[in-house]
Amino acid sequence: MQKKVLIIGAGVIGCAVARGLSRYQIDLTVLERGHDVCEGASKANSGIVHAGFDAKPGTMKARLNVEGSQQYESFCRELGVPYSQPGAMVLAFSDEEMETVQRLYQQGIENGVKELSVLTAAEVLALEPNVNKEVRGALLAKTSGLVSPYELTYALADHAALNGAHFIFNQEVSCIEKANGGFVVKTQDTRYEADVVINCSGVSSAMLHNQLSDDKREIIYRRGQYWLLDHDVNRLFTMTMFQCPSKMGKGVLVSPTVHGNILLGPTAEDIPDSRDTDTTAEGLANVLRTAKKTWPGISTRTGITNFSGIRAHEKNDDFLVGPVSGVPGAYETVGIESPGLTSAPAIARLLVGTIAENEHLTQKADFKPAIPLPKPFNEMNDDERRQAIAENPLNGKLICRCEVVTEAEIRAAIRRPVGATSIDGVKRRTRAGMGRCQGGFCSPRVAEILSEELGIPMTEVTKSGNSSKLLVGRLEDSYAEV
Amino acid sequence: MAAYGIDVDILIVGAGPAGLAAAVAAKETGIDNLVVLEREDHPGGILRQCIHNGFGLHRYNEELTGPEYAQRDIDKAEALGIDIRCGTTVLSVEADHTVTAVSTARGLETYKAKAIIMAMGCRERPRGAIGIPGARSAGIYTAGTAQKFVNLEGFMPGKRIVILGSGDIGLIMARRMTLQGAKVLACVELMPYSSGLKRNIVQCLDDYGIPLYLSHTVTNIEGGDRLTGVTVAKVDEHRMPIPGSEIHFDCDTLLLSVGLIPENELSNQAGLEISPFTSGPVVNDVFESSVPGIFACGNVLHVHDLVDYVSQESTEAGKAAAEYIRRESFNGKTVAVQDGNGVRGTVPQKILLDEDKKVNLMFRPSGVFEKAQAIVTQGDTVLVKKRAQIFTPGEMVVIPLDTTKLAGEDPVKVSIEKV
Repeated sequence: MQKKVLIIGAGVIGCAVARGLSRYQIDLTVLERGHDVCEGASKANSGIVHAGFDAKPGTMKARLNVEGSQQYESFCRELGVPYSQPGAMVLAFSDEEMETVQRLYQQGIENGVKELSVLTAAEVLALEPNVNKEVRGALLAKTSGLVSPYELTYALADHAALNGAHFIFNQEVSCIEKANGGFVVKTQDTRYEADVVINCSGVSSAMLHNQLSDDKREIIYRRGQYWLLDHDVNRLFTMTMFQCPSKMGKGVLVSPTVHGNILLGPTAEDIPDSRDTDTTAEGLANVLRTAKKTWPGISTRTGITNFSGIRAHEKNDDFLVGPVSGVPGAYETVGIESPGLTSAPAIARLLVGTIAENEHLTQKADFKPAIPLPKPFNEMNDDERRQAIAENPLNGKLICRCEVVTEAEIRAAIRRPVGATSIDGVKRRTRAGMGRCQGGFCSPRVAEILSEELGIPMTEVTKSGNSSKLLVGRLEDSYAEV
Repeated sequence: MAAYGIDVDILIVGAGPAGLAAAVAAKETGIDNLVVLEREDHPGGILRQCIHNGFGLHRYNEELTGPEYAQRDIDKAEALGIDIRCGTTVLSVEADHTVTAVSTARGLETYKAKAIIMAMGCRERPRGAIGIPGARSAGIYTAGTAQKFVNLEGFMPGKRIVILGSGDIGLIMARRMTLQGAKVLACVELMPYSSGLKRNIVQCLDDYGIPLYLSHTVTNIEGGDRLTGVTVAKVDEHRMPIPGSEIHFDCDTLLLSVGLIPENELSNQAGLEISPFTSGPVVNDVFESSVPGIFACGNVLHVHDLVDYVSQESTEAGKAAAEYIRRESFNGKTVAVQDGNGVRGTVPQKILLDEDKKVNLMFRPSGVFEKAQAIVTQGDTVLVKKRAQIFTPGEMVVIPLDTTKLAGEDPVKVSIEKV
């Protein structure tokens, strides 16, 4: 009989671990409290693949960051996920901050980060002319990269599903109990039995850890708010611009995204509620005020949206990755905050290796490689577009004009192994509605396509699962009430 | 390479009221090789979802609904045998007049046009552009998206509604949702005046007892999966919320009517000079942009109050594009038109001094001016004056200028002054 393995959480870590374990002969299930994969911190972060100079030498954070960063390019290439490595700078605006830059440089060297250098003000401005002229110098990290965190997570989930992993959504795990040499995992409405459990539950990871272990942990919910600006046609910044870090984190960055937008943020606010992803007027104003130091010409005139994510900050300020001490069959990743996205390949490799060894797992003979996503229509040349329409005429039907997304692409996103089931799911998989009109034109059409593909009435189509329905009813029903 | 490069005389991007009027006008002057590309599956543009009446008062001296108004242009175009290709999205327009478009029916096509008319219309400003903080729940729509759901698809987007912004679509939707049984709790406007037409304030808010909160804004959006409420606060003269003035509304829907932006991505691609004041192309009095042979008209040029004026302007643009093909250019001396005190975004920005004519100068006041006059001057000479009881940003001002009055090539300035 195959071992029943249960992963709790379908963020980037849960999906990376699932994808790694899908190589083995096991019965693999992933439980997720959201309505889709990548619904927590994994979808709402800076999308930076950090070089690894920030973390304290000797910590798991430092080790996994540097390893992850080195694995990223091939990790993304295998999955067909866009990744670029434009580099990053940590800007200094005072003598004191120049000392910090020197310290980060030394720390980076100690952590094993390659291609680090310290730049003079003139060198900074030659590379990035839109940086504040008062800059005194900077740390340059050429290996800093960019990735779309949700595109990566979707690709990991698809690959895991392609190899038999089973995803169950809207399942919030409340407890893990040891039973009959295995575990019973309870959600709000269902009981799951498993031989092996893996806690990848982000903000809930300490709560589940504490149910199994006497070595108590505490997660602090640290919210980060962001502004997303439209495509930066002028290439105002080519690299990620950090300011000097504080004890709350890496500070506010100004960065291009892998898709060429500009991202500003995040704040770092400790809050009591792990689900409170509201943005606030103060938080957003704070981002602008702080980012202005990096980019004096800042403007939100091209603002597309604002959003926030919750970092799972562990009180001891390090990642906990591995077997739950004294509980055979239980594994965990606790306190995965930045650089968690960067560390994902390394965390998955470490944990999957440990689990395979401890649990004596056997590799499948028929493990399927990932099927890379087709090139987006938006990035095709005319000949490729002609070909794409010849293959599927629905590629000739543009649904999202801002981001140039076709009906064929939207239908394909819904039909992926772990497909989109909501407007936001389509948006993050295809970029339809991600542009400057924010779905004003395309969302009614996307809703229709979802309704057709999922076989549900329009009134059941949601923005982001559960009760987030777009429409409250049909017009004729409202006549009946009047 | 035979499939590439379809040669046409005039290519029009968009079959809304602007594109249709331009096409009809060009065809009537004798241009036969004309094609209109429309991304939707039907011509008519946004008028198709504007099922209220009030269209055509100036042009037809009748009150038509949006679809009726559009149908008259569609019928004319069909009678003239104009080739309207629906379901066709233009992907790029180049300064050398190459246009690339895709459709399911014909795949990817490349057109080469002697003249191009940009008639893409405008889009609504979304939440992100104004940066309202709070939850990102379902139930937040631009007024036009909600209008599409209700009028074209037959669905109710919500039951208890707050509207931010008093643009015309928001006002029309306040009435529409009320008639459909929804409760519209408030219309909230940041500015001390409405950006909508007076008649819409009266007919869509006042007649239904919907309060209009001027100098107020939405300061927070609350909700989980679905919107549950919004906080509204009064703003000071710097448009900053005044602490303590908050009002809370329990609602499931927030409609945004916070401005329209000409949709000029294709114009930018083609390298057309764009005015920071209108957000549309800079044009001369025949609606030719900074790129010779590429014209712009309707809401892509500047946002109009009434479709009647869109049609009028686009008819001129259609004729001009035809004339451009005959003449091969509109070379010649020009006079610049500048915005003076109290004036924002005058169109056209240039007047060709090729012949004597009447040119309509169109602009929006930059604020509210009571008992004032709009004046057009060249140097110290006053060319035209137009008095009004009130000028507001919500209503476009049109001043006809007789070019025989122009002396030399000094710029013309349009201003508003107290009388």
